Amino acid sequence: MTPTLEERLAVSLARLILDPAAPPARHIAVGAASPIPAAACWLVKLSGHPVRLSLLHREEANPFSEGTCELFDLTAQGRIDLFFLGGGQIDGAANINLLGTGEWPAAGAPFRGVRFPGSFGSAFMYMMTPRTILFREEHSPRVLVPRVDWISAAGVSPPEVFRRGTAQALLTARCVFRFDPARARFALDSVHPGESLASVRAATGFDFDAPGTVPETPAPTGDELALLRGPVAAEMRATYPGFCARVWGRA
Amino acid sequence: MFISLDDLAARVPDGALVALPPDNSLTPSALARALVRRGVRGLRLVGVPVSGYATDLLIGAGCVAELDTSAVTLGEAGGAPRFLAALAAGEIVLRDATCPAMHARLQAAEKGVPFIPMRGVLGSDLLAHRPDWMVIDNPFSATRDPILLLPALAPDVGIFHAAMADDEGNVWVGRRRELATLAHASRRVLVTAERRVAGNLLADEKLAPGVISGTYVEAVALAPRGAWPIGLLDDYPTDAEHLLAYARAARTREGFAAYLAEHVAPAIAAAAE
Repeated sequence: MTPTLEERLAVSLARLILDPAAPPARHIAVGAASPIPAAACWLVKLSGHPVRLSLLHREEANPFSEGTCELFDLTAQGRIDLFFLGGGQIDGAANINLLGTGEWPAAGAPFRGVRFPGSFGSAFMYMMTPRTILFREEHSPRVLVPRVDWISAAGVSPPEVFRRGTAQALLTARCVFRFDPARARFALDSVHPGESLASVRAATGFDFDAPGTVPETPAPTGDELALLRGPVAAEMRATYPGFCARVWGRA
Repeated sequence: MFISLDDLAARVPDGALVALPPDNSLTPSALARALVRRGVRGLRLVGVPVSGYATDLLIGAGCVAELDTSAVTLGEAGGAPRFLAALAAGEIVLRDATCPAMHARLQAAEKGVPFIPMRGVLGSDLLAHRPDWMVIDNPFSATRDPILLLPALAPDVGIFHAAMADDEGNVWVGRRRELATLAHASRRVLVTAERRVAGNLLADEKLAPGVISGTYVEAVALAPRGAWPIGLLDDYPTDAEHLLAYARAARTREGFAAYLAEHVAPAIAAAAE
């Protein structure tokens, strides 16, 4: 049972969700187009941990009956404990950019740069959720930059600004970083198989802290893989058919 | 109350501030195609809270001057190609927002108040580019507490596709209650409906919570498969293959024109050649 990259990442996310040092995750929301975070949440839930999952794009039995604003109202009240965010760019202070690169275009002027889809709810969710796990598979200097071109959502805020939490960690296809909000800085936590401190440094545009010896990200256990390939895949097939077919084959 | 799809499209004036839902929430694709055929110009579109296929189609057809939204995407089919092309060509003015701000601004209009406070957002570059948004100090707090104020947003016209409409103009949208907010906030509401049902939807206790009252609805046009290629609740799923084909075709102006000719407006496309 050799784990796929997707399975490794889902298991790494599940361990971050269950991190005993972090505030409890009783209610987790998962945004659109997030099959790996969704798999991690199902893994946590189906391993017997009491957690409420609100999956935005679940077609059947969608958890929200008050429209798409209900997620934001829940979060505004502090009823969502954990959310996942990514970014076209993420920098060393955990600022995320879902807007684009280059100069911000003047109104109606031709736009030169790479345009990302847009901020979605990130400018709000990042500040109102006690924990955010940043997740971006691509780990390259073009994604992990010294400073994002445009800030969709800020990594840290001045003390007078109301904010419930920050990034807990950043998971990529190469490693796990922990985030220290007091220093607004990432520290390397573990590297995935085949990676090293040197290879991660080479692929990362921002500076980060690292321990003398960097541990390897623990591999998924047989039980975790069996859960992912059976019950988790079954829960996810309706919402993420393409992902499930690619990672686990057709049912 | 019930009029033809083309008559419905004729009621959207050039230059109107038009709000519509994205691809997971009863998107009015048939009406967008009818608007392209009618040749509407200068629309100022509002994504509630983001934008998808219908918006990309309207932008590609030259119907849009401005866009206020939290994201533009075709989901699994990738970026919205005509939106990206129009941005690169400087053909549209884009105002970037964030999802809960779009909801909150409509809720302010729904309540008839001029503005609404919202948490979050401070420190985002969105703010620097939204002169219409403002940060004040919470007047109820003893300590410093900066908070964002958003102006109410009352669209000229709200458009969406409902699963059902009855003789009274009541329309059923199920749990998509953001469309109720949109309807309450908009000065006029034009709806396409998948099917027409006899009687009064509000008479059914089980259906009533998913109904938007005809009080808010100016006119309805019957449009079977009116969300296609987007899915409609449990009626039909999204036509992912068609969306992928659209995304491919719309990468170029020529490909988009061919798409219009085949799926939207054969006569108009021919005239534009």
